[in-house]
Parts: sequence; C-alpha cells; structure tokens
Amino acid sequence: MRLINRIPSRRSGIMLAALPFIAVMIAYAISSDIRLTANPNDKLLPAPATILDTAIRLFTEADRRSGDILLWQDTWASLQRLLLGVGISAAISLLAGMAIGLLPLVRSGFSSFVSVVSMVPPLALLPILFIVFGLGELSKVVLIIVGITPFMIRDLSQRVLDIPTEQLIKAQTIGASSLVIALRVTLPQILPRLIANVRLSLGSAWLFLIAAEAVASDVGLGYRIFLVRRYLAMDIILTYVIWITLLAFLIDWALKTLSRRAFPWLEAGL
Amino acid sequence: MSFVSVRNIWQAYGDRSIIERVNVEVDQGEFISIVGASGCGKSTFLRLLLAQERPTRGEISIDGGPPAVEPNVERGVVFQRYSVFPHLTVRDNLMAGTAFKTRFGFLRGAARRQAMQDADEMLVRIGLNHVADQYPASLSGGMQQRLAIGQAMTAKPRVLLLDEPFGALDPGTRLQMHAFLMELRALTNMTVFMVTHDLEEGFKLGDRVLVFDKPRWDPHDPGLFGATITYDFDARNGGIPHQIQTEDTHVS
Repeated sequence: MRLINRIPSRRSGIMLAALPFIAVMIAYAISSDIRLTANPNDKLLPAPATILDTAIRLFTEADRRSGDILLWQDTWASLQRLLLGVGISAAISLLAGMAIGLLPLVRSGFSSFVSVVSMVPPLALLPILFIVFGLGELSKVVLIIVGITPFMIRDLSQRVLDIPTEQLIKAQTIGASSLVIALRVTLPQILPRLIANVRLSLGSAWLFLIAAEAVASDVGLGYRIFLVRRYLAMDIILTYVIWITLLAFLIDWALKTLSRRAFPWLEAGL
Repeated sequence: MSFVSVRNIWQAYGDRSIIERVNVEVDQGEFISIVGASGCGKSTFLRLLLAQERPTRGEISIDGGPPAVEPNVERGVVFQRYSVFPHLTVRDNLMAGTAFKTRFGFLRGAARRQAMQDADEMLVRIGLNHVADQYPASLSGGMQQRLAIGQAMTAKPRVLLLDEPFGALDPGTRLQMHAFLMELRALTNMTVFMVTHDLEEGFKLGDRVLVFDKPRWDPHDPGLFGATITYDFDARNGGIPHQIQTEDTHVS
C-alpha cells in the first residue's frame, strides 16, 4: 500500500500524537541526568522531579514578603493584558475589515495605508509606546494592538471581498440596504473568520506581551521569567513556559470549540 | 407601451465593445430566452438588465420608469451558483426576502410570524418543506436552485432574471427544474429573462428566443465590434407559430 494511503486507526492515532511529547520528555530527562551526574549543582537542566516540586511550590505557596501567590498574580495580570489587547484588536479589525471590504470609498482610502502600516515592526515602536503611554498597563495593551491589528484588518477585508458578488447582488434585489447587507450577509459570514484570525494572532499577541513585560513591568508572566533569569532559576522558567503554553493551548481550544458550536452552517456541507 | 423597453444599448469596456445597438421591447408576462455563443455578451446584457452595470449608451426602463442605477427590488435574480446565503437555513433564506427590506434586516413579532407563514407556503410550493431547517450546503444542486428561485419570488420582483440557472445541474434534475419553473410561471405570470447556452432549453421554456451574435467582424481587431440581437424567434408552440395562424384565404 502506498504511504499516502496508510491512515492510522483511532488508537494508533492517539499513540502517534503522544509520541513526540514522550520523546521530548525522555530526551530532557536523559540530558538532565547526564549533566546532574557530572555536576550535582548544575542549574541548566534541573531534574523533572525538581521542576515538579518547584511547580507545586509556585502554584500553592504565597510569597513571604507580600503574602500573595505570585504565579496567580502574574497569570491574572498577563491574561488581563492579553485579552484586553486581543479583544480590542478584534473589534477594530472587524469594523475596519468590513468597511474596507464592503465600501469601495473606504477601500480606496485605507487599504494601501493598512498594507504599509502592517509592515512597521511593532517591537521597534515599543520605546515610543513607553514614552507616549508610560510604563503602565496601557503601553503593553497598545503594543499588542499595534502588533496584530493591521494583519487582522488585511485578512478580514480580503475575506469580505471573497464573499461572492452574486450574494451581494442578490441581497440588493431583495431590497437590502448597505447596512442590512453588512449586518445580515457579511457579518455572520465573517465572524468565523474573525475567530480563526484571533487564533492565529494569539501567538504574536503572547510574543508582544512577553516582550513588553520583559522590558518594563512589575508583575506578569513575562516579567517573572526575565526576573528569575538573573538567578539562572531554570526550574521556575520552565514551569512558567509550560504554564504559558498550557494557557495558550486552552484559549485556542476554547475558540475552536466556540467556532464549531456557533457556526453550524460551516460544516453543513461536510 | 411595452413593459420592459431596451433602447439602443451599447456597452464597452475601454475600447472593447461587448454589445452594441441592442433594441428590444418585451411585454408583461413574456418569457424571454437569451442564447448565443460564449463571450457574445448575453451575460453582459443580463447584468445591464439587472442594473449591476450601467450601459455606455442607451437606456433600459421597466414599465416606463427611470433607468435604474443599482440592483433593486424590481429585478429578481438567480445565478448559476452562490445565489443563496450559506449561513442561513432554508427557511431563513426565504424569510430574507421580507426581512432584508427592514431597517436593520431583522423581523420580530407579528411581521416575523407572517413572514414565517409565507416562507412555509413557499417551501411547500418549491417542495423543500422537509429541509426547512437545514443549511443550503447540505442540499443538492437542484434543491439549491429551487430555493434560489423561491427566494427571488418572495421579494415579488416585477422581472425575474435567470443567468444560466440550470447550467450546473445534471440532465434529469434539469428536466424537473423546467417543469417546476413552468408551473411557477403559470401561477405568477411573471416576466422572465433567462440566459442559457442550451438551445433546446431556450426554445422549450421561452415565448421568444433572442440570439446574440456579432454581425460585424474586423479580422484585424476582433474586439472592435460588439454583439447584438441577430434573431428574435417566436418560440411559442414549439417554435412553429405558423401552425396556428389561420390563413386569410379571401374565399367567401
């Protein structure tokens, strides 16, 4: 049988999916063991058991000075910034994408502007944002917005343009105004794309968030990682990295599920 | 005064003429088939009737009204594909015919119930009542086109425009759709323009068959001249109207 026709069964599919995770864990455990046998005080690759102990400590024990559990504080602060930034970007890009995609007048005025703006490297703007918006929450949220919105606008406006002209003509022949076409033809068809877009943008949003927190902050997941880096506390860094990955995965999964539940018509043809 | 009047229409993109000197008068309730080779402007002509495009010269008026500048409720349309809204159920697609006329496109209360009732009647008429709550993507091609025709009818257009509506259907389904369309037409007596590349279909359904072709041809610049109506057949009674003409024999 040809390789392209060999489809794994459900059980072997799950096993294959787990394989790379297990492989990475084993590789880490072995490398860590080799280094620790050579030097028991090695800090670079802490033993998995050490990481687990650290993780439990980080998730449950309060900071001796402030009395708060720092990890949850960091998580809360970072998630707030992330969701605020992504939420505002989604709202802006939805409005702008629909306007650019539907209205030729707006398209002529803004589409090349958006294309140029999306080429500006957002991290290069970070110093400006810190100067203009201060070192507080605002500059971090604005960095996320500046980082992901232009790309989202470009993609969404293209998706609006991809809606067959026939549908827009049809809507006009049954008496729809521009507003009704926007609300009842374009918006419902573009919402699943918006969710897909947010899922794609979340990766960059985390990047910008951690970058902003690393530079100037006093709480947040990125801040903590860059703080403990000074003490080579690999166990804490790795715990945080795994935690961020898990959060990102959960958000992605939630959005995917939402998209499937909310837009049954997308899968009607399958 | 005829119902649809097309006077001296020219359409050119840049210096490429697509159609030129098209004149035709159509009475209310006539079924006009439009045939012709590929690229001879029959779809352009339909877009002009639809007011999706404005002609370079000439004008089209319905019932003596001013020429339209954009598609409106006077003209219903069914395309070969993409005529229905994929994100609305079959029933909602029919209700759109009423709902989209409101300010924000939503119906509530009594108006909603009335539209639902009308939609259900139309569902029975187009034979889709068993799939009322499904999405168009799960329907067959023939069912989607029936839905598209039903949807166009709920908005009560004065002229129905069909752009190769059965072009993507298999022959069996196509015959069923012919029967369906003729039945629907007998009920409503609507004025219909249908573009088709199937001559047989054109003659079977139409009262008149308009043939688009290029009467002038410049071998050095094939895009110079546009197409026009070269034949205007009377297609009633199988295209042989002479059979029913009683000859005036002047015999007393």
